[in-house]
Amino acid sequence: MNPFEYQRAGDAELAVKAISAGEHVKLLAGGTNLIDLMKNGVEHPTKLVDVGRLPLANIETLPDGGLRIGALARNNDTANHALVRSNYPLLTQAILAGASPQLRNMATNGGNLMQRTRCYYFMDPGFAHCNKRTPGSGCAALEGLNRIHAILGASEQCIATNPSDMSVALAALEATIRVRGPRGERTIPIADFHRLPGTTPNVDTNLKHDELIVSIDLPRSPYARHSHYLKVRDRASYAFALVSVAAALDLDGDQIRSARVALGGVAHKPWRSLEAEKSLTGKAMNARAFEEAASVALTGAKTYRYNEFKVQMAKHAIVSALTTAGGAA
Amino acid sequence: MSIIGEPLTRVDGRQKVTGAAKFSAEFPMANLAYAVMVQSTIPSGRIASIDRTAAEHAVGVIAVLTPENALKLPGAEKRLSLLQDDLVHYNNQPIAVVVANSLHEAVHGAELLKVRYEDTPAKLDFIAGFPTSHPGEHNREPGDLSFGDVDAGLRDAEIKIDQIYTTPIQHHNPMEPHATIAGWDGEHLTLHDATQHITGRKNDLAKIFGIPAANIHVICLFVGGGFGCKGSTWSHVPLAAMAAKVANRPVKLVLDRPQMFGPIGARPRTHQHLTVGATRDGKLTAIRHEVHAHTSEIEDYLESSAFPTRVMYSCPNVATTHRLVPLNVGTPTYMRAPGVATGTYAVEVAMDELAYQLKMDPLQLRLLNYAEVDPHTKVPFTEKNLRECYKRGAERFGWAKRMAEPRSMSDGSQLIGMGMATETYPGNRLPAGALVRLQPNGRVLVESGTQEIGTGMYTIMTQVTADTLGISPELVDARLGDTNMPEGPISAGSMSTASVTPALQEAAKQAREKLLSLAIQDAQSPVHGAAVEDVEFADGKIFRKGSPGSGEKFTDLLARNGNQPVEATAKVSPDQSLKKKVSSHSFGAVFAEVAVDPAVGMVKVRRVVAVYDVGKVINEKTATSQFIGGIVWGIGLALHEDSYVDPRNGRIANANLAEYHVPVNADIGEIDVSAIDIADPYINPLGARGIGEIGITGTGAAVANAVYHATGKRVRDLPITPDKLIG
Repeated sequence: MNPFEYQRAGDAELAVKAISAGEHVKLLAGGTNLIDLMKNGVEHPTKLVDVGRLPLANIETLPDGGLRIGALARNNDTANHALVRSNYPLLTQAILAGASPQLRNMATNGGNLMQRTRCYYFMDPGFAHCNKRTPGSGCAALEGLNRIHAILGASEQCIATNPSDMSVALAALEATIRVRGPRGERTIPIADFHRLPGTTPNVDTNLKHDELIVSIDLPRSPYARHSHYLKVRDRASYAFALVSVAAALDLDGDQIRSARVALGGVAHKPWRSLEAEKSLTGKAMNARAFEEAASVALTGAKTYRYNEFKVQMAKHAIVSALTTAGGAA
Repeated sequence: MSIIGEPLTRVDGRQKVTGAAKFSAEFPMANLAYAVMVQSTIPSGRIASIDRTAAEHAVGVIAVLTPENALKLPGAEKRLSLLQDDLVHYNNQPIAVVVANSLHEAVHGAELLKVRYEDTPAKLDFIAGFPTSHPGEHNREPGDLSFGDVDAGLRDAEIKIDQIYTTPIQHHNPMEPHATIAGWDGEHLTLHDATQHITGRKNDLAKIFGIPAANIHVICLFVGGGFGCKGSTWSHVPLAAMAAKVANRPVKLVLDRPQMFGPIGARPRTHQHLTVGATRDGKLTAIRHEVHAHTSEIEDYLESSAFPTRVMYSCPNVATTHRLVPLNVGTPTYMRAPGVATGTYAVEVAMDELAYQLKMDPLQLRLLNYAEVDPHTKVPFTEKNLRECYKRGAERFGWAKRMAEPRSMSDGSQLIGMGMATETYPGNRLPAGALVRLQPNGRVLVESGTQEIGTGMYTIMTQVTADTLGISPELVDARLGDTNMPEGPISAGSMSTASVTPALQEAAKQAREKLLSLAIQDAQSPVHGAAVEDVEFADGKIFRKGSPGSGEKFTDLLARNGNQPVEATAKVSPDQSLKKKVSSHSFGAVFAEVAVDPAVGMVKVRRVVAVYDVGKVINEKTATSQFIGGIVWGIGLALHEDSYVDPRNGRIANANLAEYHVPVNADIGEIDVSAIDIADPYINPLGARGIGEIGITGTGAAVANAVYHATGKRVRDLPITPDKLIG
């Protein structure tokens, strides 16, 4: 860990101004990921701007019936908020499937969106080859221990996955990320927030360095009655997803009016499958429809030596999550 | 009335939960400096250079030790990495130490070192090393041992199981990391070390530094878990002492969590080939158990997986072999039930496979091959009540409700499976010393240079001393963990209670005898002039037999005699000749129920029932905790724990507690443990064998067998993770 300067931001404007100084300045909120990465020698900011106390922790209804969730609301507070529980139970389930209670008490929603990958080769600078950590150094995971790695949307530069559970639910719920920069506010659809690795795996998101996440906005949702987040992992709690599925159905009797399917643990970003959703739309709800959707969602999957299982696991998980979602009253 | 067996609450419980208990890193020290160990990032080669300049100039840095400038240690051992040469034998090998005024300055200094290596090809392919593997021994017991004629036994077999079972590298990960504070006063060294063996540390450091053992004082009052990784001396301990010598200040060196996957040992990877033959009615005719396990390039450590195979079943023909495969990884070591945890997994899964082949209840197969005497030596067991364990365990579990066919039980969408296994662990004992001091203030001090590694040693010492002297445990103060005390054995091999309690009893008896003889000689004592056999000591009072009302408090006697304490020190050794006459082993039966989600392969262990035959239980409460802890470890062995070694550079890839999975609370269902509680007449006067390790044995197999019963899928490669159960 390198010596660094610490500053507490008085307000959002000052925070944005502080990070505008350059890439060496980083925002600190819950600290559950950045501090670890600094201790590991992965991140080396020379200045931390603590935004943890800015008044961005509100959760409130939007005029259109949606919900605005403050970037600095804690994960646990968000998951357990009455409006989230009643209108977006998928988000509640996803957040509670992540990390541990202690971590969720500290972690913020904005920080969760910015979580970096758990790829072993990224996390430990003792491994020399990681294009995400050191651009141009290569990808040790390609020919290495890649059981937890991506099967969709990866590149030869990077096969890391995004570790967030929350973001998978946000992808299914079509959240919008509201951010503030030196020139004011803008919004980024969740689908465009995280990036695929391509040739620049060192860039995780489309958030600019001088921007601060202000809130996560959820549109009014018809999916509250029929949704499920299924996380497949190596132990029952405090483990990252091998594969996870956020599934949601809008039903008219047994007919599927519309569906949402997003996957975690399979790609560099939360992987929403519009194709799977389309294949479900208008169909009668049954195992065959779910299996077809699962098959469509995994089209184009590319596996590596140790993660071949993920294709089938993801398919099974999609069917299972949709089945549970459809069955829930 | 005896308090042996009573669930006495931990006497150090309050200290532990309030933070008053001082662990080894927590001793305040004037002028303390902090050391950080720097580790290699290649598995094999030599250090071409280490540029210390930036680190040495960093704020707060006192010294930077590298192979170039490290102290030459007269007794340095090849097995340790003490900066005595520039060779790198494994990844994460200590290659430098940075000492600074504060921890963060030391951490930063460590990052500023610029290391250049010259790589040499590393041996990292375990299987490829089989042809050049070599035999080994475990605690001086030979790795290869056979009896009967296995080839003939297999020829005669009507049913055969011939399978390979594998277990991965596992790291102990006690909650408390390794920690050492070293301070020199001239040629005298004081060590506060998180250790399972203060005397071992003292003797090893004396040899390494070439000074008399008497010059070294090791203190360790509490250990936050050891599980074997704090048994041997590892590199950081002499390195802390070296740093303290160079800095001329006391130095604290605490490993961080990633370093807990470094040069402090691990359970090695095993590859176990089991060939089991039986008659059609289920009698074993032969067992061949061939083990390959890895070790390091610098030291042999043998994981003795086939040892339990020699005692578990009545089988006339048994062959056990072990081969070591040296790799460029850190030296493996003892880990909770070394050999037995991995070995019983393989044997007990093979037995399960045999039961299915025979279409026989797995429990029935065990009963049919019950060993009445030690199958190898043919001598009787000291005491064996395994039949009762099977019976009680099956009843408490409801084994009769199990349907024989795999994949025949379910609960909603979940597949339900039930499995069982036999558990075993040797009944070990070593020499031990203890002191008991009856004090003028009415309290009794008891001391032994043993360790409290979380098992409840302070409580056991209190309980046994109080019981021997017939006084309230509230009047006993137990002390341990200091090499100035009478020497105790290593806290390992499930033998602390078995070894230390005889010494406590002996010292207490001798102290009582001294007290009584003082009373008899004292003209004012109510027992003056009485014959020794007519005098009693109970509840702190000395009196003539039959008339407790006429006695006096021992403190009154001491007050009249100069207010001096009465004390005795005893050293008691086990009778070595017994080994030839009787075979000392604990046994148990473990039953597990799992629920498996067939779609995604996640396993939940809903229930475990285990019944143990471990001799006399000294404290029901601490014993229960140890059994439960062992079972949790067994569940981790079966389903979770796995250290991934990068096949190209030998680094542990998942060296943190988020990615190295041990069971968490959510993984653990109901656990029901009990003990038969019949004293072993040979092991020691109380009849108590150890209990710390048996819980993990067999449990891995019981869970694995339950997973097979649930799914019909036999996974022979631990851990059984979801990916292995789908498809």
